[in-house]
Amino acid sequence: MTDNTTPPNPSASAAASQLFAYAPAPESRAVVDLAPSYGLFVDGEFREAAGGKVFKTLSPATEEVLAEVAHAGEEDVEAAVRAARAAFGPWSALPGTERAKYLFRIARVIQERSRELAVLETLDNGKPIRESRDADLPLVAAHFFYYAGWADKLSYAGLGPDPRPLGVAAQVIPWNFPLLMLAWKIAPALAAGNTVVLKPAETTPLSALFFADICRQAGLPKGVVNIVTGDGATGAALVAHPDVNKVAFTGSTAVGRQIARTVAGTDKRLTLELGGKGANIVFEDAPLDQAVEGIVSGIFFNQGQVCCAGSRLLVQESVHDEVLDALKRRLATLRVGDPLDKNTDVGAINSAEQLARITELAEAGEAEGAERWSAPCELPGEGYWFAPTVFTHVSQAHRIAREEIFGPVLSVLTFRTPDEAVAKANNTPYGLSAGIWTEKGSRILQTANQLRAGVVWANTFNKFDPTSPFGGYKESGYGREGGRHGLEAYLEHA
Amino acid sequence: MPTDAAPRDAGRGTLPDVTSSNAALRRFLHGLPGVDAVGLEARAAALGTRSIKTSAKAYALDLAISMIDLTTLEGADTPGKVRSLCAKGASPDPSDRTAPRVAAICVYPDMAATARRALDDAGAGEIHVASVATAFPAGRAALSVKLADTREAVAAGADEIDMVIDRGAFLAGRYLRVFEEIREVRQACGDAHLKVIFENGELATYDNIRRASWLAMLAGADFIKTSTGKVAVNATPPNTLLMLEAVRDFRAATGRQVGVKPAGGVRTAKDAVKYLVLVNETAGGDWLSPDWFRFGASSLLNDLLMQRQKLTTGHYSGPDYVTVD
Repeated sequence: MTDNTTPPNPSASAAASQLFAYAPAPESRAVVDLAPSYGLFVDGEFREAAGGKVFKTLSPATEEVLAEVAHAGEEDVEAAVRAARAAFGPWSALPGTERAKYLFRIARVIQERSRELAVLETLDNGKPIRESRDADLPLVAAHFFYYAGWADKLSYAGLGPDPRPLGVAAQVIPWNFPLLMLAWKIAPALAAGNTVVLKPAETTPLSALFFADICRQAGLPKGVVNIVTGDGATGAALVAHPDVNKVAFTGSTAVGRQIARTVAGTDKRLTLELGGKGANIVFEDAPLDQAVEGIVSGIFFNQGQVCCAGSRLLVQESVHDEVLDALKRRLATLRVGDPLDKNTDVGAINSAEQLARITELAEAGEAEGAERWSAPCELPGEGYWFAPTVFTHVSQAHRIAREEIFGPVLSVLTFRTPDEAVAKANNTPYGLSAGIWTEKGSRILQTANQLRAGVVWANTFNKFDPTSPFGGYKESGYGREGGRHGLEAYLEHA
Repeated sequence: MPTDAAPRDAGRGTLPDVTSSNAALRRFLHGLPGVDAVGLEARAAALGTRSIKTSAKAYALDLAISMIDLTTLEGADTPGKVRSLCAKGASPDPSDRTAPRVAAICVYPDMAATARRALDDAGAGEIHVASVATAFPAGRAALSVKLADTREAVAAGADEIDMVIDRGAFLAGRYLRVFEEIREVRQACGDAHLKVIFENGELATYDNIRRASWLAMLAGADFIKTSTGKVAVNATPPNTLLMLEAVRDFRAATGRQVGVKPAGGVRTAKDAVKYLVLVNETAGGDWLSPDWFRFGASSLLNDLLMQRQKLTTGHYSGPDYVTVD
């Protein structure tokens, strides 16, 4: 049976693959007009920080300095909150149809400028252009379109006959999906009649500032959207500001805890979307080829820097070897490198700090006895890079099975029975996402009902839609973003 | 098994225990992993976004030309039409002799002799003559008729036979009948290569396409082929991707490599390059050769030639700068 007149010839295969080596296909940077420096966006104007402080933002793929950005201090936060407060009255008094017009206009401008914004996002974040172009930007526009539709229908959101906006929302977002997280925060807030002060992440401030320009282009009234750039201190000042009615944060569980402490005892409303350690459960009757794709997109999408990443693969022991072989074969085809190349699958890690954290946890994985495997790939000489990595022989006790790595590192665990799969999947302080792979519909329903995770994907992973609520259990946070549920976080109701 | 000299594929790439009865074969085929349609289509679409430029494009265009089974399967086919198609296949671009020749000319059995002679006269003896047989395209005829059809095509000079499976038997769950029919046609082919056409559009589900792929490979197919080109749904990126997964997995399981031929619906160079990306990133480089991947097409060739001219001259010419045959 193994007799073979045409033996698989690995060297011939490698030669053929090299022959069909894809030539570089870089997306042009020319569509983005980057200024040497950017100010804060307060009350409809760009301005320098009161203290004149600035910080640099880098391209993580090359360590090139992209621009200098104003570093907002307390005085600037004060000004931004004041502007938002002043704008709140008139903005919330507008008929919903009028607010919708602005949001629809913003959505359309985003679509028109989507190539520019995609390139910008890739430059500042390090994610592949294929993802910023095909995932981030379409979702950003879809989010604004979706919530624009709600602006005049709030009475039908199931929150009482006349739900009222909260006031000024302080929003702090992470660096993994800079513009998408901005959309998740700003679109529902504005649709509900709130005004916002948003602080983008320190390492990825640029797309938020371009968004500020889009607000001006759309004629949005002054002060409705304010953007303050800076570091953790800026964010802390913002959430602590006494005239803020609502705090929304997406980021690490550690910072989320600090914010919860800051807000405790005030009447500020709080939603937190924090870390995760999502279980991707592959049963033996799974559609294997698609499950492998789902595992790949679950942990290598956005270099694994996704709070809902499927970072724990729970695979039924009876198909473990088969799945791992297929996964490794597939990972060997991942193209790691220049994020602006249209054929790149895995880009750069966002910052030196994050790279250090991933490296440290991966080393801990090895030290604790898990078996490390990386896809053969050449990493660029400069910039922040980490090869897609898989750990096998991982046990629930290992740090790499418990702590959020937030990088392209997959921990593979096995299970024997559906009950064991559920028990292991739930055995984490987090509860943001999970995936189930099986061809058996009843097993999907039964498993999903037992999983304590905010999002459960069946036979897919990392699929997002503005109509679908998103949020966590346990240490993954509270409150929901997206869908009708996402409005609740921005409305006063009976 | 290597010592068994008689039929050339004896023992090669077979799993005897799974083909011992219809029940065993059914259990095996239904035990193959299922296909999630949404995931499969998403993967094909994602690979469709690959951007193939400059040197990679030049390589892909020439490779695609060399993989074409240049086809005419019309009731109105005449010896003149077939001869001009053969001339085109032997020298696709009269303005550029560096353009590669196509892999084969694909005709009905009664035109196989004409095609063979025309190719030999054109000094293109290496171009294969592929003939559809087994009551193409519906396959609704007695086995004896199908076998006679096959033998006549081979006798007329066809060295590749494109057979259709009995979709009725397949959909009725009579897998062993389909299996045995393929085996008999395989024997009737003698030394000719056998391509087995599923007519994916009639099998309808991806699960069926995966099962048909394994069934045909177990029965000795040298190639598995998507479709006849005569129904509404022919080759698509997802169904071809699925068949590429099947040949990849079959080689891993049995050691025997089987080729894939999408047919019908691949009309543009851009599409052809996308298919080559599917091959490259699914089955791998071993399949990037006319021995293991073919396009069943007619109008595709001219679009590839126009793109090729564009790449060499830097500007688009137009449809009057490629020949209409």
